[in-house]
Amino acid sequence: MREKILDRSTLDTALLARLDAYIDSLKGDKQEQLIHVLHKAQELFGHLPHNLQLYVAHALGLSGARVNGVVTFYSFFNEEPVGKYVTSVCMGTACFVKGADKVLERTLNLLGTKKGEMSPDGLFTVKDIRCIGACGLAPVVTINEKVYGKVKVGQIDDILSRYRGEKRAD
Amino acid sequence: MPIKTREDLMQLKAQLPDETSYRMTILLCGGTSCLSSESDIIDEMLREKIEKNHLENEVNLVKVGCLRFCGEGPIMFISPDDIAYVRLTIKDVSDIFEQHILRGHIVDRLLYVDGAQNKTVPAPKDMDFFKKQQRIALRNVGDIDPRSIEAYVAREGYEALRRCISDMRADEVINVVRKSGLRGRGGGGFPTGLKWAYTASVKSDEKYVICNADEGDPGAFMDRSIIEGDPHSLVEAMIIAGYANGASEGHIYIRAEYAISIEPLRLAIDKAREHGFLGTHIFGSEFSFDIHIKLGAGAFVCGEETALIRSMEGHRGEPDKKPPFPSESGFRGKPTSVNNVETYVNIPAIILRGADWFASIGTERSKGTKVFALAGQLRNIGLVEVPMGTTFREIIYDIGGGHPEGKQIKAVQIGGPSGGVITEDFFDTPIDYDSLIAIGAMMGSGGMIVMDEDSDMVEIAKFYLDFTQDESCGKCTPCRIGTKRMYEILERLTAMEGDPQDLERLETLGENIKNASLCGLGQTAPNPVLSTMKFFREEYEAYAYRTKRTSYLIDGKQCIGCTKCARVCPVDCIAGKVREVHTINENDCIACGACYDACPTNAIVKP
Ligand SMILES: Cc1cc2nc3c(=O)[nH]c(=O)nc-3n(C[C@H](O)[C@H](O)[C@H](O)COP(=O)(O)O)c2cc1C
Ligand code: FES
Repeated sequence: MREKILDRSTLDTALLARLDAYIDSLKGDKQEQLIHVLHKAQELFGHLPHNLQLYVAHALGLSGARVNGVVTFYSFFNEEPVGKYVTSVCMGTACFVKGADKVLERTLNLLGTKKGEMSPDGLFTVKDIRCIGACGLAPVVTINEKVYGKVKVGQIDDILSRYRGEKRAD
Repeated sequence: MPIKTREDLMQLKAQLPDETSYRMTILLCGGTSCLSSESDIIDEMLREKIEKNHLENEVNLVKVGCLRFCGEGPIMFISPDDIAYVRLTIKDVSDIFEQHILRGHIVDRLLYVDGAQNKTVPAPKDMDFFKKQQRIALRNVGDIDPRSIEAYVAREGYEALRRCISDMRADEVINVVRKSGLRGRGGGGFPTGLKWAYTASVKSDEKYVICNADEGDPGAFMDRSIIEGDPHSLVEAMIIAGYANGASEGHIYIRAEYAISIEPLRLAIDKAREHGFLGTHIFGSEFSFDIHIKLGAGAFVCGEETALIRSMEGHRGEPDKKPPFPSESGFRGKPTSVNNVETYVNIPAIILRGADWFASIGTERSKGTKVFALAGQLRNIGLVEVPMGTTFREIIYDIGGGHPEGKQIKAVQIGGPSGGVITEDFFDTPIDYDSLIAIGAMMGSGGMIVMDEDSDMVEIAKFYLDFTQDESCGKCTPCRIGTKRMYEILERLTAMEGDPQDLERLETLGENIKNASLCGLGQTAPNPVLSTMKFFREEYEAYAYRTKRTSYLIDGKQCIGCTKCARVCPVDCIAGKVREVHTINENDCIACGACYDACPTNAIVKP
């Protein structure tokens, strides 16, 4: 990431104020707590655009490169916006041996998207995650907080359409 | 009020309502598997009924951590009746309440049926799944309310800490741990007492103890279950470690994704602080200690201790060369003792019951028990804790109940992305650190996945390599580039575009990566490939010589012509009339497996 001049105009000031308050509340070495700050920032803003990363860098007295290095290292941080429904297909071992790869493939096909990218309608982002601890229900798919267990390839269309339907309603 | 003496502990314990004052205690599973199947709603509904009928003083409903038999969840244990209800749904709540709670009639249809023997088994203790298990690390998991410090204290909680601080010097504590023979449960099996003795011996103004709760093995959830079901055991053990190692701060490294585990852990730390188990003058002594949670953000390599420390310092989690070991120079450059969750929770039990007791369990050089997350093509799925020295056969067949449809079990994968497969020939091997190394596998952290005759071992190996090449931190070239190349070869093979030389390439590359990588991730990454190549070479050859069938088939003898497969096929490649044998067009089949799932008679044959 090039060290651009920080452009705050794209960032919501109310949310920035909450982020500032969080950073102020931290005790001890703040630079050491960069990952905690990024978690908070992502929780507030949904994802971590470059401007927000620069903002965090300034606030903690770090270089933009250092912050970007950390953001891109950890799979939990998103630089790109995510869909309204984060659809995670568990690709843990237990789910894999029960056919999770087929479930993932079918989900991506149905939504016409790639892993980690938002679907064209902006509703879904499909991710693969690792064991969520529900191996007894393998294969497992989660959509936001809701967990679907023992998912069969033939059921995915049905599950997704419940969420597509919700959009039509509002 | 801070707890200072044994009497204070007794008083805290007395605050817990006496269990015998209840007519009935119901333990409802709150593990992830069960929560995902609405056990939280079942809990609310049942609680509401109990309150409406003013039975709060008669019926004690406790939402506990994992009850361990995840495959049968949501599950509940009722005492003193000593029965379990399994596979619950919200529709069952009123029957349980009206029939069992109000009238004392057992609801037969909710009892557990042992499919292997086709009989109903009402009492948990009679279930084969539990019979060969022995609980030390999981001693409280599923038995107590993880949110209640009183419940923990009632089970001798914080008594081990009191004994250490009041009656023992730090070196005496370390000696007990050493004599017990406890070895690290995070994978490496390093003797815990030795690690502590080393950290304690280094002179420094500050030292740290760290709990590695990263649990990155993609098929494992033991550590999280311990934290969710019995967080105080971890907190107590870390305070003991702090006392023994001479540290005044402890840190628990856990991924932010594991929010379900973090919440009870935070609560436990707060409660411990409130009662003076954390803070200054613990048990009236000069010893001060506090615990902090450090969040990770999803990177497998951060489970490696030096990478974990880098991550805790707010950096990319890239590993460092060892030596120096963390015991000498770790977190913030100070002596640091990193231990795994399961390792820690053994400590209070060892202090209370003695090193000799612990050392009497297990094998010559691996003492105590090991927790496994048992999953895959198996009848009984869940958390299993067995004495070291138990054989694979006992776990797969006696505890796991064998294959649900009686198919042949071909292999067991152990040790996750760093481990390998074990074949039937080795099922009688007693499981311990050294015997596994001797047969070319490793203990790992406890993921154990059982695979049947239909499983494609090349695909399994590819799955693990996809994981490691994705998780390689990129710091060293053999791991970063090497695992990518290996993965590409596997992709080529499974796409039927490879050639026989690819097999040699995989082997040479694998050996080179093992020898030249910087950290344990790269040094073990080729294992899943090399070990499946060793035992299932013919499966690799079928791809390399392009003799492998890639489409699904229908077994004419089994097909009843129900049309279910044809209806779910997303590419319409299945033809056939009602009540006649169906066929799959091999050229159009995309091998999605939808027909396999849909078929009621097992007539579909996998590629
Ligand atoms: C790639 C890699 C991943 C690891 N992941 C974990 C993990 O998730 N949990 C863990 O406790 N140890 C893990 N370890 C082992 C740690 O480096 C370390 O040995 C362990 O935390 C020490 O604790 P113990 O002695 O109690 O096992 C991992 C090691 C490597 C090389
Ligand atoms: S592997 Fe998917 S929940 Fe454990």
